Amino acid sequence: MLSYIVKRALQSVLVLLAVGLVAFSMFRFVGDPVENMLGQERTNADIERLRESLGLNDPFLVQYWDFLVGAVQGDVGVSFRQGRPALELIMERAPATLELALVSAIFAMVLGIVLGIYTAINRKGPITNFILSTSLIGVSLPTFLIGILLIYIFAVELKWLPSFGRGETVDLGWWSTGLLTWSGIKSLILPSITLGLYQMTLIMRLVRSEMSEVLRQDYIRFARARGLSERAINFRHAVKNTLIPVITVAGLQIGSIIAFAIITETVFQWPGVGLLFIDSVQFVDIPVMASYLMLISVMFVGINFLVDMLYLAIDPRLRDGKGS
Amino acid sequence: MMYDNFALDCFVILYLTFNRFESLAAKGYLLKKYRFQGVSGFSALGSPKQSQDRTKINSWFNRVFNTGGQILFKKISLTASAALLVSTSFVAAETLNWARAGDSLTMDPHAQNEGPTHTLAHQIYEPLLLRDNTGAVEAALATEWGPSADNPNIWEFKLREGVTYHDGAEFDSEDVVFSITRAMSEHSNMKELLSSVKEVRATGKYSVEIETNGPNPIMASNLTNLFMMDKGWAEANDAVAVQDIEGGEETFASRNTNGTGPYKLVSRAADSLTELEAFDGYWGKGEFPLEITKINYTPIKNPATRVAALLSGEVDFIQDVPVQDLARVDGDENLQVITAPQNRVIFFGLNQGDADLKTDDVEGKNPFADLRVRQAMNMAINREAIQKIVMRDQSIPAGVAMPPFVNGWTEALDTLPSSDLDAAKALMADAGYGDGFSVTLHCPNDRYINDEPICQAAVGMFAQIGITVNLDAKPKAQHFPQIANSETDFYMLGWGVPTFDSAYIFNFLVHTRSDERGSWNGTRYSNAEVDEMIVSLESETDLDVRDATVAKIWAQVQEDVLYLPIHHQVLNWGTSNKIDTVVSPEDQPKFKYFTLK
Repeated sequence: MLSYIVKRALQSVLVLLAVGLVAFSMFRFVGDPVENMLGQERTNADIERLRESLGLNDPFLVQYWDFLVGAVQGDVGVSFRQGRPALELIMERAPATLELALVSAIFAMVLGIVLGIYTAINRKGPITNFILSTSLIGVSLPTFLIGILLIYIFAVELKWLPSFGRGETVDLGWWSTGLLTWSGIKSLILPSITLGLYQMTLIMRLVRSEMSEVLRQDYIRFARARGLSERAINFRHAVKNTLIPVITVAGLQIGSIIAFAIITETVFQWPGVGLLFIDSVQFVDIPVMASYLMLISVMFVGINFLVDMLYLAIDPRLRDGKGS
Repeated sequence: MMYDNFALDCFVILYLTFNRFESLAAKGYLLKKYRFQGVSGFSALGSPKQSQDRTKINSWFNRVFNTGGQILFKKISLTASAALLVSTSFVAAETLNWARAGDSLTMDPHAQNEGPTHTLAHQIYEPLLLRDNTGAVEAALATEWGPSADNPNIWEFKLREGVTYHDGAEFDSEDVVFSITRAMSEHSNMKELLSSVKEVRATGKYSVEIETNGPNPIMASNLTNLFMMDKGWAEANDAVAVQDIEGGEETFASRNTNGTGPYKLVSRAADSLTELEAFDGYWGKGEFPLEITKINYTPIKNPATRVAALLSGEVDFIQDVPVQDLARVDGDENLQVITAPQNRVIFFGLNQGDADLKTDDVEGKNPFADLRVRQAMNMAINREAIQKIVMRDQSIPAGVAMPPFVNGWTEALDTLPSSDLDAAKALMADAGYGDGFSVTLHCPNDRYINDEPICQAAVGMFAQIGITVNLDAKPKAQHFPQIANSETDFYMLGWGVPTFDSAYIFNFLVHTRSDERGSWNGTRYSNAEVDEMIVSLESETDLDVRDATVAKIWAQVQEDVLYLPIHHQVLNWGTSNKIDTVVSPEDQPKFKYFTLK
């Protein structure tokens, strides 16, 4: 069992290193930060001096190694664009992204599960058909399109909700929250719908198919034969068994909501880490890009590792060291 | 493999497919799951090997981040009716909500020489001399200025008295000496503009002189973005040295300000919101309108969102209205578009100096070296068509690579070359390229207004005289290094002239590329006679002689068809119709001049 854990942990580290390697080999193709850092009056000597002092003339493997050495010591470098420590920038922006992700996840989970159960129980009927066909929009429209449509309807035409930004925020120590002000909450609505719509559809369809499956199981038939009420069958017996795989998926979806918030944040000028990443890509701000990508992969690998460990706790075959 | 896990993978793949977004993190997840082995359907998402493919990376960056929103909004704008419900009236009369695409990079006034950074700094700090919203030089912290009568190497400045900083400290000559010396220090990005300065001296509490290495007739133009800081404040806060971004440094002055300007910084969250408030002790009270008392500045990156924020009344002023949305903004009863030519000209550069081109199909010869080819290409560009169709009238066709504000510009120089296709074809045949040739055009796709579409239009125009142009459009971070490293034979470039003087163009674009000059001259053009004239401009004090030399250089540049000019860019500011202002040709609104209707 210990060897299994060690093996998994080593694999995780390997994945992290590989992600970093791919990232650093790609930075060369994103462009040259020096052009953005110097004004148009720069001389060729300025360019050379800056390239040298930033270490951009080194092969990418050397740059990667320097980054790793720094990262192990907790120093991932200073943003080329803003001249502040990259990690500090990311940490400052993280609350915005995490709050957006949390609200979208709750929206996706609650609505996804409710609608999923409804459509599973009522397999036919106009409402079910309506939900299923409109949910197709959630899967098939790209995020930026949904975002701009929502802005157009609710901000430009109806003027109910703001089209950009986070509204007023309240600082709670190092965490800044938009959940405590009315304008902050209003600002959250459109971006979280945009970000959560796909996840909601996904969860809804998953719940629907899982529950349909469960409803065909023998124990449901026995329950019916026992004369239990439909309500008790559906909500006490069927839903509980449906939710197990749903929770697994939802857990991982939270990770992807955070990672894929980039587009939503760009559309709504949401001051989170995704927007920071996009600005960094355009500026070729290597320390921020590298730190962001590494943090996101740490998060994914971490969640995955945790899931693996949970299986270990659940599945006795793995514990005996036979499985995997 | 367990069922749940497999389902999970399918969802990740599905997610990626639907969102067409190739995230490294997700890739890492999948790579781990499948232990780097190919799985059908997975390889389509892009293996690490594929990710090294330049063009692919370019295209997905562009696809995901640039184009989509614009295209969509264009469609919405077309279909939706222009009539809006009654818009919220101008909020609280004196507050201005201002948005543009980019944010200031730092609050340190000497650390960056860049448009949005200077624009914000202009509200807080002040230079000795200022360009007002029309582009004319005006007294700011200096009241009188000019070269010394006795020594042409010295410029004398008389400073404004009774000026205080936001913290109450008094402004005097000590601060000027400190600020200019600071701007000349190693990590300053403003130092190139002051390269001719030998020493700055205080000659009294309110008088300063600047000594240069040889006479500098355009000293005044170099000072209009050079902000004055308080020496005492900088020393007390350990901000004497300019922020050294490359050395990984952050200083007090990069996040805090203490200027003499009309507005003081209240709060700032980079890329999110910067709040400014009128400064009660401003020296210009009564002299300037100063009707706006509070400014909220938000960068909004996505053009569709920016326009939406203006249409919904959440912002009152955006600096960059996309050309496709102009009609919609202008058609709104509460909004207006104000337009003016920008201090920026767009043109193509041709490698005419090398013996052979890397990207053409002509063996052993450089077709661009032949003047007739360059003339023919100049004639083949239909500038009016680009103006009408690509720019929707939002440009001024150009005959010379010089904005019209610049000293040295004449209407004659800016006359468009005839677009006589037959004559152009005859020139091509004459030069021995009757059957044409092919060459690659490098173009940015996120720098100038409609940069890539202009290049696309030009491709068709050059095809008419037999030149097959392969277009290679890239983000600016990749495009400009190609010019700097002489890796392109044919490229698009735009040039703004902050000094409003031709010498600035000659120094960077015409002089032979060397350590001192010609850093943006990607044409490999080298003319010793022209170089000599350019150098002579630096110290010529007789303005008539100087202007004559400028005219002579331009005549030579035009004769040699050094650049193929396309147009002068036009600025479009979208504002609430309560605001009354003119558009600054440098795209630098200075809110102290704004009035409200």
